[in-house]
Amino acid sequence: MLTALRKGSLWVWLSALIWGLGNLIRRQFVKGTLFLAAEAGVVLFTIQSGLYNLDKLTTLGTVAQQKVWNDEKSIFEYVDGDRSLNILLYGIITVAIVVFGLLLLRASVKSAYSAEQSWKKYGRAPTFEQDIKALLDERLQFSLLSLPILGVIAFILLPLIFMSSMAFTNYSVLDSKLVLFDWVGFKNFARTLSMNGSLGSTFWSVLGWTLVWALAATFSNYILGMLLALFINWKEIRLKKFWRFTFVLTVAVPHFVTLLIMRQMLQPNGAINVLLQNMGWIKEPLPFFTDTMWARITVILINIWVGVPYTLLQTTGILQSIPQELYESARVDGANPFVTFFKITLPYMLFVTTPYLITSFTGNINNFNVIYLTSTGLPRAVGSTAGDTDLLITWLYKLTIDNQYYDVGAVIGIMTFITLSIASLLTFRFSGSYRNEEGFR
Amino acid sequence: MSKQIKAKKSAWQKKPLHKRIGIILAHVVLALFAFLWLIPIFWVILTSFRATKGSYSSTFIPTAFSLDNYIKLFTDFSVFNFPQMLLNTLIVAAATCVLSTFFVISVAYTLSRLRFKSRKPLMNVAMIINLFPGFMSMIANYYIFKMLGWTNGPLLRLAMIAVYSGGAGLGYHIAKGFFDTIPIALDEAAMLDGCTKWNVLKKIIMPLSKPIIVFTLLNSFAGPFKDFMLAKILCGPNKDYFTVAVGMYQMLEREYIDQWFCSFAAAAVIISIPVASLFLTTQKYYSIGFSGSVKG
Repeated sequence: MLTALRKGSLWVWLSALIWGLGNLIRRQFVKGTLFLAAEAGVVLFTIQSGLYNLDKLTTLGTVAQQKVWNDEKSIFEYVDGDRSLNILLYGIITVAIVVFGLLLLRASVKSAYSAEQSWKKYGRAPTFEQDIKALLDERLQFSLLSLPILGVIAFILLPLIFMSSMAFTNYSVLDSKLVLFDWVGFKNFARTLSMNGSLGSTFWSVLGWTLVWALAATFSNYILGMLLALFINWKEIRLKKFWRFTFVLTVAVPHFVTLLIMRQMLQPNGAINVLLQNMGWIKEPLPFFTDTMWARITVILINIWVGVPYTLLQTTGILQSIPQELYESARVDGANPFVTFFKITLPYMLFVTTPYLITSFTGNINNFNVIYLTSTGLPRAVGSTAGDTDLLITWLYKLTIDNQYYDVGAVIGIMTFITLSIASLLTFRFSGSYRNEEGFR
Repeated sequence: MSKQIKAKKSAWQKKPLHKRIGIILAHVVLALFAFLWLIPIFWVILTSFRATKGSYSSTFIPTAFSLDNYIKLFTDFSVFNFPQMLLNTLIVAAATCVLSTFFVISVAYTLSRLRFKSRKPLMNVAMIINLFPGFMSMIANYYIFKMLGWTNGPLLRLAMIAVYSGGAGLGYHIAKGFFDTIPIALDEAAMLDGCTKWNVLKKIIMPLSKPIIVFTLLNSFAGPFKDFMLAKILCGPNKDYFTVAVGMYQMLEREYIDQWFCSFAAAAVIISIPVASLFLTTQKYYSIGFSGSVKG
């Protein structure tokens, strides 16, 4: 854009003001008209409602819902006040449209410049037909990506911004701020991060457990799954395919089904306790979800049950792709199985699977299903919004959907993002694949 | 034939005794683990045929068996309309699978085989968005759809399809890994012969990519059958639009569990069969796509 403005003629400059002017001058009528129409749309929207929306966005509304005495009907009537949530949403959409307009402006200037260049070179600018053809050739990425990106912006990015911005408001059931709320800056962050106060202490304990859980869940799955894969790969094991099939079958059943079944089986009078009691091994039912320590270990075990076959599935292929020469030379050198595992198998696996480890760590921090469908976060202390097995993500669910503390919920969401970013940055930084990209090739 | 067996036997007999015991022990341990992993699945199959009602049973293996739980799912519509739920899920899944496969394949192909200025930045942005809990945008989506009035009536289906497939483009990694493994020389040769990039895509790469397209189609078709969280938030109390997952979760609510628990198990068996067979036919791609994506 800068080179376009520096080297372009007056027409290029004017194209920033009147979009498509540069194209119209160079006889690209369709393109120019399209630009012009887009500008008319954006400007019309901005004047009609955009400015109003942006203005409202600064205060999030001031007029509360009022009761007004209606003399004719002799009743109180409710007069609608401002609805902050709508104002926030419309404001964000307006900002998005303005950004889109700025991008169009940039496109207009660029297109005017390139039209001018080809005019100078060939005495004519590419026709509309040629432009369309280019969309299937050198600009294919544009045609392929625009719809998916539009989808991501509309259903992921804008909602994310919408939700994140709630973290800076007092949108919450507290003080009945559900209809009309205000910007409060970083107050919610301060409240959440402070060490004293009930919210802060809950946050730090939930964060601590989330990290412990994510580490335990990721590495237990990874190591046990790999050991299982190695075990089945051992040359003396018969019926390899059958064993793999048995374990993989458990991944094939939808997770929410198996998790809900686990929850039923582990209830105080569920199948497992019944079985153990009938066999006379225990007298009292085991407190799977009622005791903090038990509950935490139970969810980790459940996660091993869910996750190990998956790791088995994914690592078997890689294990078989480890160059056999490495093992042979190790055998010649007289290395025992333990040494080969720690010196060859594990480093190779770690090298190849670091991206997988990061995704699985991320997945575990956001592992809603395993917690929500089994322990539901229990056991929970009285008066707290989070239980002892609640992760940040399930707590976020409870805060927003069950309790309507949207402001704090949004803060928790942002904190989850920050935690994840730090964790993945650290792993990338210290992992082998970052330092030595060609290591094993 | 008999010679081979003899040869095998002798190889087995050649091994020292302690090694033979070790090998047998290894198989026993493996069988034990396999059994441990299969218990819940056995249990749900057993429960789905249990004749006695109620969520709890005093024995692990039921005392009497019947098909009533399955029949109830398809005849008793007083609280849960299971066929309706199946239909709802099918409609959403069919639309989602077409849309999201288109999104995923376009993004994966573009990022894998085309080179342009904003390629790296786009991948970085995708990575950053993926670090946000997907749940956050989901809650926000719910409020947006509520304002639009899409959370009631038939538009609810549209909302579900939009949310399931809208962000699909972000999950391009497995498919990209596949495209990365196709030699770039193919494209170059075709383009030297005057092929446009679109024709390279249409005539050369797509015919080679049937497996990954099938994988993506099946995977995104199974999505609405497996997802629970999003459908639950969007549906709220709208029973007419429940997907199978939401409906089954409701069957375990306190007021229904006594009457519906065994039918829950039956429903679990019914939906597990198609989802499991889809998974088993596509399982090899989990490994291939994964090792492929590392190369990219």
